[in-house]
Amino acid sequence: MVTGPANNGAKGSFDLKEVSVTYGSETAVAGVSMHIPPCAVTALIGPSGCGKSTLLRCLNRMNDELGNATVGGTILLDGVDIYGKELDPVELRTKVGQVFQKPNPFPMSIYDNVAYGPRTQGIRRRAELDEVVERSLKRSALWGEVKKDLKKHAFELSGGQQQRLCIARALATQPEVVLMDEPASSLDPISTQQIEDTIAELKEHVTIVIVTHNMQQAARISDQTAFMLRESMEAPAELIEVGETRVMFTNPRDKRTEAYITGRFG
Amino acid sequence: MLTPPSSRRRLGRPVSSRAADGVVKRIISLSGVLAIVILAAIGIFLGLNAVRALHDVGFWTMATGTEWYPTIAEPRFGFVPLLAGSAAVTLTALLLSVPVSIAAALFISEFANRRVKDVAKSIIEFMAAVPSVVYGLVGIAIVVPWVKETFELDSGLSALSGAIVLAFMIAPTIVSISEDALHAVPDELRQGSLALGNTRWQTSYKVVLPSASSGILAAVMLGMGRAIGETMAVLMLTGNAARIPGSLFDSVRTITGTIAAEMGSVVQGGLHQSVLFALGLVLFSITFAINLVADLVLEKQRKRWRR
Repeated sequence: MVTGPANNGAKGSFDLKEVSVTYGSETAVAGVSMHIPPCAVTALIGPSGCGKSTLLRCLNRMNDELGNATVGGTILLDGVDIYGKELDPVELRTKVGQVFQKPNPFPMSIYDNVAYGPRTQGIRRRAELDEVVERSLKRSALWGEVKKDLKKHAFELSGGQQQRLCIARALATQPEVVLMDEPASSLDPISTQQIEDTIAELKEHVTIVIVTHNMQQAARISDQTAFMLRESMEAPAELIEVGETRVMFTNPRDKRTEAYITGRFG
Repeated sequence: MLTPPSSRRRLGRPVSSRAADGVVKRIISLSGVLAIVILAAIGIFLGLNAVRALHDVGFWTMATGTEWYPTIAEPRFGFVPLLAGSAAVTLTALLLSVPVSIAAALFISEFANRRVKDVAKSIIEFMAAVPSVVYGLVGIAIVVPWVKETFELDSGLSALSGAIVLAFMIAPTIVSISEDALHAVPDELRQGSLALGNTRWQTSYKVVLPSASSGILAAVMLGMGRAIGETMAVLMLTGNAARIPGSLFDSVRTITGTIAAEMGSVVQGGLHQSVLFALGLVLFSITFAINLVADLVLEKQRKRWRR
């Protein structure tokens, strides 16, 4: 089992048991069982359309918002069933934040973007908000570039800065987990590097689950890797292999994993 | 001549297609120019016919005059009562219509399911297609008696009655353009907000509504342009007394109502007719300005999402 550094009693671990996702009559993902350790980076890799993003969206119940998706099996966050009746998905999302593929800052100032989540949580005091905004922007490594001009409109930032703003925005609600859906796929190499550096620092305190197309990226930043594959158009996507990243990239157990990571398909 | 599509693709577009392209482009730009020419012609035509009024009465006398007695021996051509009538009816209609229309647009865009959305949109389109004289008839049958009884007036023909019916008439414009603006807000923003632990309702009023604010403002302005220009229903419902109203329960006469009611009975080429043209010029300028501003605002909104 993979564990992050110094995480005794740390929060933000997931346990998935036989998780499946069905859209109408079509099963998109089936039979996924895995453990996601706290304060570590778990990468979901696999070819396009293999259900990585779908699985990711199960973890903060964003699939609920997309209409006709049904999630089967159980997903436990620190032992609590997140699809249980007593759990409010809106509440869950303050614990499990998400960063999207395309930077999606709100059309407001940098400050207001970061303060958006905390304000929803009822934080009104200016000093307290100031502190959350500063801490979040520091953690997403954007503070140095924007601290003089927090009133600036978020759309004036570059793509990479916008994405780090979105990371800060997700961190501001103090989540235990941050889900990232190909957060660097629309960015240039330097911005990508900055995002990866940010992720490396974040995992000290939060669990990160990242979907990525880029296997080098998975190898560089993750502690654990899960390889997903949809073997035919008719069959649902499955989890082929999950394990410590170092082991998986040097000595994969499954032939299909080996074929994928050596670039023979996908 | 027939060219197989595959060879056409390989060889680039044939000469004939390029020529057709040019012709089409010219026709389209010509239509654009024609629209501008027509608009200018309307302005010039109104201006020419208003020359006599501007000369004999004078612009300031008309614009600041508080009395409208066009047919007495020494006629008074003051526009203020008419402007006040139009303003009272229009602003009240906006006040009644805007909150409900924006709420309706928000519901259709953010909360309604497919079927409800389709039904609501058809109803709104239908509301826009009803002739204004029909709205007037409904107003006379229902709204006027209701206003008379509820507020214990001598007559229900009042600014309020006109405004209530007008509120329904401008709703389709405001709802559909607001709905377009809300619909144009990228889905990523909604998801971003939901993923931060906001409910759908919080997401709607904290992110979606502000993001669409300029489009909604434009929708309100276009609704206002429609309200000022509306003639038949207000003519039927407001009682048409050309006095500066003291309250919404007073009878008022609007700019449009005045032109429509009096144009038929004036002497051809007479001063009264010319004054009515001047009044038309004022109305034309007001609606033109409102629409222009609304268009500029909408254009700004479109640019915003073109990142």
